[in-house]
Amino acid sequence: MTNEELQSYLTGRFPEAELKLGAQYVEMTVTAENLHETALQLKGSEETAFDYVFCLTGVDYAENMGIIYHLESIKHRHSMVLKVRTADRVNPSIDTVSDVWITAKYHEREAYDLLGIHFNNHTDLRRLFLEDGWGFPLRKDYVDEIRIVER
Amino acid sequence: MSEIREVIINNDRLATDEYLVNMGPQHPSTHGVLRLLVRLEGEKVLNIQPHSGYIHSGIEKMCEAITYPQIIHLTDRMDYLSAHMNNEAVALCVENALQVEVPDRVKYIRTIMDELARLASHQLWWCVFGMDLGALTTFFYGLRDREHILDIFEETCGARMTVSYNTPGGLMFDIHPNFQKRVKDFIKYFRTKLPEYDKLLSGNVILKERTEGIGHLSLSDAIAYGVTGPSGRASGFSCDIRKHLPYSAYPFVKFNEILDLRCDTYARYEVRIKEMYESLNIIEQLIDNIPEGDYAVKMKGVLKLPEGEFYQRVETARGELGVFIVSDGKKNPYRVKFRSPGFSNLFALNKMTKGHKIADLVAIMSTLDLIIPDIDR
Repeated sequence: MTNEELQSYLTGRFPEAELKLGAQYVEMTVTAENLHETALQLKGSEETAFDYVFCLTGVDYAENMGIIYHLESIKHRHSMVLKVRTADRVNPSIDTVSDVWITAKYHEREAYDLLGIHFNNHTDLRRLFLEDGWGFPLRKDYVDEIRIVER
Repeated sequence: MSEIREVIINNDRLATDEYLVNMGPQHPSTHGVLRLLVRLEGEKVLNIQPHSGYIHSGIEKMCEAITYPQIIHLTDRMDYLSAHMNNEAVALCVENALQVEVPDRVKYIRTIMDELARLASHQLWWCVFGMDLGALTTFFYGLRDREHILDIFEETCGARMTVSYNTPGGLMFDIHPNFQKRVKDFIKYFRTKLPEYDKLLSGNVILKERTEGIGHLSLSDAIAYGVTGPSGRASGFSCDIRKHLPYSAYPFVKFNEILDLRCDTYARYEVRIKEMYESLNIIEQLIDNIPEGDYAVKMKGVLKLPEGEFYQRVETARGELGVFIVSDGKKNPYRVKFRSPGFSNLFALNKMTKGHKIADLVAIMSTLDLIIPDIDR
């Protein structure tokens, strides 16, 4: 499907979601409660068949945390962006999609490590790069005490 | 004596003992500081847990404090064998965000450089792969040929590995007057040397015994784990960004996407060898036709991206690299994410090695072609 077709299809399929046609991809924003169900449908449905997550990014917005999923369908060769925001910024938590897309398991671990986003029902949520007790460096209020980055 | 007899007779306990072995972070076959926690039953691998982060350098955090042209120099240090493609990914992302169209000359030179970098990377992979399996000769053959490419890089870019040749809007400087001649000489030279690779290693009985049917990764697993690049294509996963979302001069050239359906270590080996031939073909189509023109467009002194999100996918020697920039309109990005190919490829290792011998683990890891700074960033 082209981006326009994808947008109109998704509008019909997910009436509650917020849809936007960006410069590159169709962007769909869902609420945290609907995330897991939406992910299951996006992958499972024959028309969309999004089976490949090529990027998963956590972003610290000032008032909450955002998670951005870049999805592609290998069968149909179309891509989209799925977005979700957590309710809380200090102790953010969101449902995992690692049971839907396996690769998300490790990208979620990275987001947990660097941003402190807790993924509910994740089977192996450990820090990936940094030691336990280190802060969450990609948060905007992270204090760079030993001045590694900012001089 | 009787005690030993007893132990041998009651050896079920010995056989079922599990070992937990630490492989790395300084193991020679991990080619960097990666630690694998391997659970073994005898020589059989039961489970692998990769522990990374030994060279986590916080590149994404550093990017938030610097400007866009500066970011390019950091990306050299991620996957240092695909330095040119990493540079290009950031440059393309910034150019798309600013809607700058670069001259054709830039596109051609970028693509030639990409393919030279891919060749150099695959050459190094090939020589190290042979070495991992105990064939030291390959190391000398591979490095001998790679020197020629690094010399070309040095002459034009001023650096052999961390080239930083791209900049938003074009290239740092024009190609060296010798560039075309040297590249053509190299192609002529390497066309005679590449068949030697096959003669030396590809048909070798020991290599085939150690790779065929080992480390099976099915197509559905390759997609589910996001295994891209030659490793993914050896599982039949058509994931070549150069083909599906062509950038730079790739729309102007004819080349084949190498796919293999055997899904094993040998398939991954052969895909890379065939890709070297394809890279030579691509360079040959471009090298005589580099258009005249500027090597860069004039850009503003301070680059500010418009507010929004920008994503760029490129094909590095290891797979799909994604650059995701969230901009809030300032001269520094708000958030940068690098989707590195090695990161996703690494975590498929457990799936591929289960049930194989520990010596096969070395072979499988070698065909995944992991570069550790690419994983840790």
